[in-house]
Amino acid sequence: MDDKLQKPFYALLGVVTLGLLGWGASSAGAQGVAFGLFTALTLGGSLICVWERSVVRSAFSLMGTFTGVAGLFLLLGADFLAVAQILIYVGGILALILFGVMLSPPDLAERKLSRVLGGLALMLGAVAWVGSKVAGTVTWATADVLPEPSTKVDEIGVGFLDPEGYVVPFELAAMILTVALVAAVYIARRKASDLTDPRAEERA
Amino acid sequence: MSLLTLEAAAGGNAISELLGGIAPEGTPTWAIWLGAAGAAVGLLVAFVSLVAMFSVWLERKVSAHIQCRYGPMYVGGWHGWAQTLADGVKLLLKEDMIPLGADKPLFVLAPALVLGAIFGALVALPLAPGFFFADVNMGLFLILAFSSLTTIGVVMAGWASNSKWSLYGAMREAAQVVAYEVPLGVSLFVPLMVAGTFSLTEASAAQSGWFGMHWFIFQNPFMLPAFIIFFIAALAETKRAPFDLPEAESELVAGFMTEYSGIRWSFFFMEEYAAMFLMSAVGAVFFFGGYHSPLTAMFPDEATSGLLYQLVCAGTLIFKSFVGVFVMMWLRWTLPRLRIDQVMSMGYKYLTPLALACVLGAAIWETIFA
Repeated sequence: MDDKLQKPFYALLGVVTLGLLGWGASSAGAQGVAFGLFTALTLGGSLICVWERSVVRSAFSLMGTFTGVAGLFLLLGADFLAVAQILIYVGGILALILFGVMLSPPDLAERKLSRVLGGLALMLGAVAWVGSKVAGTVTWATADVLPEPSTKVDEIGVGFLDPEGYVVPFELAAMILTVALVAAVYIARRKASDLTDPRAEERA
Repeated sequence: MSLLTLEAAAGGNAISELLGGIAPEGTPTWAIWLGAAGAAVGLLVAFVSLVAMFSVWLERKVSAHIQCRYGPMYVGGWHGWAQTLADGVKLLLKEDMIPLGADKPLFVLAPALVLGAIFGALVALPLAPGFFFADVNMGLFLILAFSSLTTIGVVMAGWASNSKWSLYGAMREAAQVVAYEVPLGVSLFVPLMVAGTFSLTEASAAQSGWFGMHWFIFQNPFMLPAFIIFFIAALAETKRAPFDLPEAESELVAGFMTEYSGIRWSFFFMEEYAAMFLMSAVGAVFFFGGYHSPLTAMFPDEATSGLLYQLVCAGTLIFKSFVGVFVMMWLRWTLPRLRIDQVMSMGYKYLTPLALACVLGAAIWETIFA
């Protein structure tokens, strides 16, 4: 790809990643390194996703975002959520996205710098706005007040099925998924009219 | 213990303690941590390479004897044991070729991603009660998640190669793995219900009774069908015959790895054998007693912390895993390849409902009798 901006963009990403890792190492040790790595993965993956002109490359870069988010869940002690994130988003949803996107032609339309900069400005504005609303009103829990991560499968099951807990959303989600599955099979089902050869008449 | 406590991520206490002992005063802890992590990764790479080397030799021997031949007999003297070593050197010396039309960064990244994913999965596999990389709570779940990551690598390889054979192989891989991930996971619910934990260490420990024969497979009548479903789905997940459609050498040249050569190509091969070993090990842990056997049950209680016991345990689990690997090879050299529509209908129409039925049956059985 003979794009003049390609190299500066990736060089910038690399420098920012190294900076994040160094900052993490100096401020919070090994956990800081991990945090810097996962942050860089999440942000870098999503930036590459909007930057790359090839739609398949964009899809692949989403893997970085998903695994980075999983890593952040891990650092927060939510092991189950982290692994579920990888299993469902990377193993399932990303595979499906790729399955659809791989068959599309590579889209090499001109990347307009004005559009990239405009998008970036919008994003930064949104972050600044949300940040100004949230800052000062939310008290963030630190790691030492978080509960110990659960080690048992049945605790997760009880959490889902407890009437005091999440039984209604859980059952609702299960029902929606079942309906979607049945509907997909119904739509993809081969109808009797499809089975007859359209050229049969010609041949006769 | 959380998944990412420092010791766990650095490959067990032993390595970081050792490094902390020899490091000069004033070395920052994160440096020791990184060094220990590097050493753990080195161990993993060595383990995977050894497993792959032995498996390739075994595959050649098994295929040869099934076809009334001898297979490799000369390199190294005894039954050609060094043949794979010689092949490894040859692969390292080969020219590194990247096709002109390929998407270069993705082409280079794909084999690394495939192999890296299997390293991530192997982290959660305990070979013995005190011999593991990380005692992960979510062990089984983590293994399934990371083995689904290899799919992305295969799809990446297929697309980046910019070749029709590779793309067909990648499409088949994506379709096949998405279809078989469901029965693979659901069939494992049956032993999970008895074990009550995702941790492979705890699941193994729960099967130590009855002179080391208190295996989950004997626990209820739904275990055996669940294991058969698991094994078939594992074959599809590891792209082994009769589900080797992503490479299908008689139709697609070599499928997703058509354009690869040299050491990059061998990465795919190492991943395949490591994944076979891993899936067989998961089957051994969740159905066939993990590292417990009558042999390990003979040790008196006070000897269970000794090194000999750990080695016997590790040997037991490795032996059980290689029995699984042997069965996979046996099937490959016996069965013809399925068609893609047969693969799909088998996954969606038969294995998934059967796995769900097994879970339902096992749940009822466990409620009534346990």
